[in-house]
Amino acid sequence: MPYYESVFIARQDISSAQVDQLADQFTEIVATGGGEVKKREYWGLRSLAYRINKNRKGHYVLFNLEAPSAAVSEMERIMRLNEDILRYLTVKVEALEEGPSVMMQAKSDRDRGRRGDRERPDRFGDRDRGDRGDRGDRGERRPRDGDREEQGE
Amino acid sequence: MSQLQIARAAVRRPFMRRRKSCPFSGPTAPAIDYKDTKLLSRFVSERGKIVPSRITAVSAKKQREMARAIKRARFLALLPYVLK
Repeated sequence: MPYYESVFIARQDISSAQVDQLADQFTEIVATGGGEVKKREYWGLRSLAYRINKNRKGHYVLFNLEAPSAAVSEMERIMRLNEDILRYLTVKVEALEEGPSVMMQAKSDRDRGRRGDRERPDRFGDRDRGDRGDRGDRGERRPRDGDREEQGE
Repeated sequence: MSQLQIARAAVRRPFMRRRKSCPFSGPTAPAIDYKDTKLLSRFVSERGKIVPSRITAVSAKKQREMARAIKRARFLALLPYVLK
């Protein structure tokens, strides 16, 4: 059976218990379709990078699935119908990742030390090409014209 | 040894910059993942655009992979489509 990664975003107004319920519902749908949810991650209430249906925040949930495509499309159909789901994305992957995803690792880093990673990511400007690095050597200098010494005339 | 140095000296022309190697190849290269917003945001301009690979020195194959990851992250509102 193929592997999938599925992320859905639920509305910010519902509680995390309700999100859990939703996730249970989708897990059941996958199970009845003959698939299995290998991993479930709740990323928490994250702020969205832009507004979706007037929501500024959303509950993110990730599923790692091993399921037949029919079960996945049924789950997606239910997600489409559910008005609490703002958005979902299902991606087929070659192999499911083991252990917590990057998102959870980043979260635990944040929890451990609030100032763990302060360094700003080096951004690239639109026009600014950034640091060009060192130039190469200039090579040998051309000998001076004539042989006169420099005198401040 | 000495031959190598001669070859290096010939290459060292003014205005020639050393080609940076791709940050996604090599043994310690990070995996490209749409969930890794911290990594992807390094390859996005201040306006939110994907930075061309000629500036970031990402290889063509990895650039395609990365662009796809950025677009997925944008769809999930992990990264913005535009900033400001």
